[in-house]
Amino acid sequence: MHGWFVALAGGVLIGLAASALLWSNGRIAGISGIADGVVFPARNDVAWRIAFLVGMIAAAGAYMAFVPGAPTPRTDFPRHGLLIAGLLVGFGARMANGCTSGHGVCGIGRLSPRSFAAVGTFMATAFATTFAIRHLGN
Amino acid sequence: MQRSTIAALISGAIFGTGLAMSGMTDARRILGFLDIAGDFDPTLLFVLGGAVLTTALLFRPALLPARPMFAESFRLSTLRRIDRRLLGGAALFGIGWGIAGYCPGPALAGLGVGAVEALWFVPAMIAGMLLHRLSTKLSDQRLGVGLSS
Repeated sequence: MHGWFVALAGGVLIGLAASALLWSNGRIAGISGIADGVVFPARNDVAWRIAFLVGMIAAAGAYMAFVPGAPTPRTDFPRHGLLIAGLLVGFGARMANGCTSGHGVCGIGRLSPRSFAAVGTFMATAFATTFAIRHLGN
Repeated sequence: MQRSTIAALISGAIFGTGLAMSGMTDARRILGFLDIAGDFDPTLLFVLGGAVLTTALLFRPALLPARPMFAESFRLSTLRRIDRRLLGGAALFGIGWGIAGYCPGPALAGLGVGAVEALWFVPAMIAGMLLHRLSTKLSDQRLGVGLSS
């Protein structure tokens, strides 16, 4: 199979999963929001979140571990870079009330103006950041 | 287990399969996409395209019933304003995403194989979420308004 076809099929699965969660639980599949509700649990609003994340982590792990030729995670990125990036991603996702999944996959699918604005903004700063790190200052 | 919990588990498993299958758990792919001036890798465009086309098609019928299959009500964001919080948060998020190539889903998914980078990134991400909650609490207290988020 061609790489782009596998990527497209993976994307369709992500969209199907988000649609299934909305249809069954009435919830938006925004990973940062789902995780936030596990870290700061509210009464009677935790089980579905843990179930979704456990399913996601286990399935992705099984795929990477057992499917021949599956992409494997990178291992050699500088640790301080991971810490700074993690802080910014966690803080920014909560401040914006969503990340690539909540605003990107679900919000754009709902044609939400807020999500279009968020996605345009984080794409722009991400492009600029990667450009600056890879092509400036060397 | 309740039916709603099982449905969430299955949804999560489909989501995780999609993430791993499309290579989103490999941050080199993400940075390859974000690096337009370098060796551009369009994979993410196909993933996001496939996902958004699917939600655009299926969200409408999913929202047609009066209530979700296994829950009381649909819980969609009621926020409408495009304000500084939304844009500032998205800007910070993009900078973090552009540094290491991880957003929350793929980073958490990496835990499934004990990926060493996920073990550094995820705790930092949770610390960032905590910091945000602390900072909104402090500013709400200073303004004398109730805790909203």
